[in-house]
Amino acid sequence: MTTTTTPTDLTAAEASLSQGRLPRWSTPATVAAVVVLGALAILVLDAPVPLVVGLGVLALLVALPALAWVVEGRRRANDRMWTVLVTIAFALALLPLLSLMITVTQNGLARFDWEFLTTDMRGVLGEGGGALHAIVGTLIITGLATVISVPVGIMTAVYLVEYGRGRLARAITLLVDVMTGIPSIVAGLFAFALFSIFFGPSVRFGIGGAVALSVLMIPVVVRSVEEMLKLVPNELREASYALGVSQWRTIVRVVLPTAAAGIATGVTLAIARVIGETAPLLIITGSTNILNTDPVDGRMSSLPIFTYYSYTIPGVPPEFGVERAWAAALTLFLIVMLLNLVARVLSRIFGSPTSR
Amino acid sequence: MAKRIDVKDLDIYYGSFRAVEGVTMSIEPRSITALIGPSGCGKSTFLRSLNRMHEVIPGARVSGSVILDGQDLYGAGVDPVSVRRHVGMVFQRPNPFPTMSIYENVVAGMRLNGRGTRKAAMDEVVEGALQGANLWNEVKDRLDRPGSSLSGGQQQRLCIARAIAVKPDVLLMDEPCSALDPISTLAIEDLMDQLKKDYTIVIVTHNMQQAARVSDRTGFFNIAGTGQPGKLIEMDETSTMFSTPSNQATEDYISGRFG
Repeated sequence: MTTTTTPTDLTAAEASLSQGRLPRWSTPATVAAVVVLGALAILVLDAPVPLVVGLGVLALLVALPALAWVVEGRRRANDRMWTVLVTIAFALALLPLLSLMITVTQNGLARFDWEFLTTDMRGVLGEGGGALHAIVGTLIITGLATVISVPVGIMTAVYLVEYGRGRLARAITLLVDVMTGIPSIVAGLFAFALFSIFFGPSVRFGIGGAVALSVLMIPVVVRSVEEMLKLVPNELREASYALGVSQWRTIVRVVLPTAAAGIATGVTLAIARVIGETAPLLIITGSTNILNTDPVDGRMSSLPIFTYYSYTIPGVPPEFGVERAWAAALTLFLIVMLLNLVARVLSRIFGSPTSR
Repeated sequence: MAKRIDVKDLDIYYGSFRAVEGVTMSIEPRSITALIGPSGCGKSTFLRSLNRMHEVIPGARVSGSVILDGQDLYGAGVDPVSVRRHVGMVFQRPNPFPTMSIYENVVAGMRLNGRGTRKAAMDEVVEGALQGANLWNEVKDRLDRPGSSLSGGQQQRLCIARAIAVKPDVLLMDEPCSALDPISTLAIEDLMDQLKKDYTIVIVTHNMQQAARVSDRTGFFNIAGTGQPGKLIEMDETSTMFSTPSNQATEDYISGRFG
């Protein structure tokens, strides 16, 4: 075994197991070069910024793979190209979010103060006032929507994953899919129509908003819980059955706890999804300037609607209303961020003891 | 505790497919019965039919009878859940509950059934079951650690402890060592030898040496071809089966000519 044979149709480079490698600094260096060139073009030649950014991205898309092709070979060049493409896609997806965060924070901080968080709009015409009524309204309506949706959603998912077979299960899955696509305004109209039957026309109260939001929230909860339950290994169910544990107890004591982390995350994200809904609440909860903590009696404000009216009907002079609108947007934004953080923490807490 | 099982003319179906046909055998109490045979011959299906675990798969049903000390497991009004309290099972892959500690895993059978008792009584059960599974000395100082923190062999012994903590009459083992290394396998085999003093043990194994080492009686399952039902070809004392089997197919399988 002392001789090595090289098939003649392989070049020396292909036969060798090692290829040239670009140094680690080559990618940052290329990016830096493109950025510097772009900056020069803008400052010296006074070129339009979008054109320069577009050309710069194109240049990177060509330069990095080309460089890799020459030094490292085809596979690596391919890898570079896709890395650049994915990074650009990531930046594109992130830009609106960052821009939103910055704009809302900049404009919202002006009125995001103690007064804003602790007073309502009773008797406020110009300066001052706050969104307490809207914050409380949002928390009550979303809280009630959660109380309605989570049990229904989890039980539906349990049925679909653990029990459902045949036509009924397929029909429910289809209905859940259809529900996912319901426009939120239709959910509002549904709640309005439903409660109009019992309480006459022009009914407005918080619980109606909670029902409307539930219509939007239930399919999200069902879907996420369903996925989480499917992830629970069948072996755990069998282990439990083999101990003489009934199916129901197995679901409650083994399957749900095992999936708890994912369920908690899914529920929190579902809440975050509906907390900013405006259209259905516009119809069924209406809007008010004073604090109302009773969800079954009278109009109830909420942050999205407060934002909407503060911006569209800011009053005279308009700047105070607009400032309140931005502050309310910031408040809503912070609540959603907080919910996402809570989801993270919950999935830590409920995670299997191995991950602790 | 140990009880005798008499199987008579058992056919097992998945929907319209007949997976196992015409099995008749008796399983003696306080002994180890090994089931061997090539893959897909229905031995696991048969094992699972002994505590009605195969019914977890929709469409599964049987005809024939399985008599556990005079009671037909498939008789009218028999609840599969209570059958499984008498006939425990250990699976191929160790499957401790990931959300529970070692302690909680052992008492899972009671806790999950809502029969949790006083702490002292539970402690006693845990110690007894873990000692019965030869695991006590290894884990007694870390009972509150998660069950999944143990090694594969320890996890499997934890599963055995969990199974015997509910004091079943019969213990079914579905290839309990196939995911384990030789040392852990040896530990489990020693354990089975101790357990057979108190339990009726039925084990499915792909490892013929294992069947020869641990079992008192051996049954050989075979299948005529794909889509055909599996059948019990021959069953006898293990020593007879491995030296002078009466059936040619058994001899071919045991001597390694196929399968």
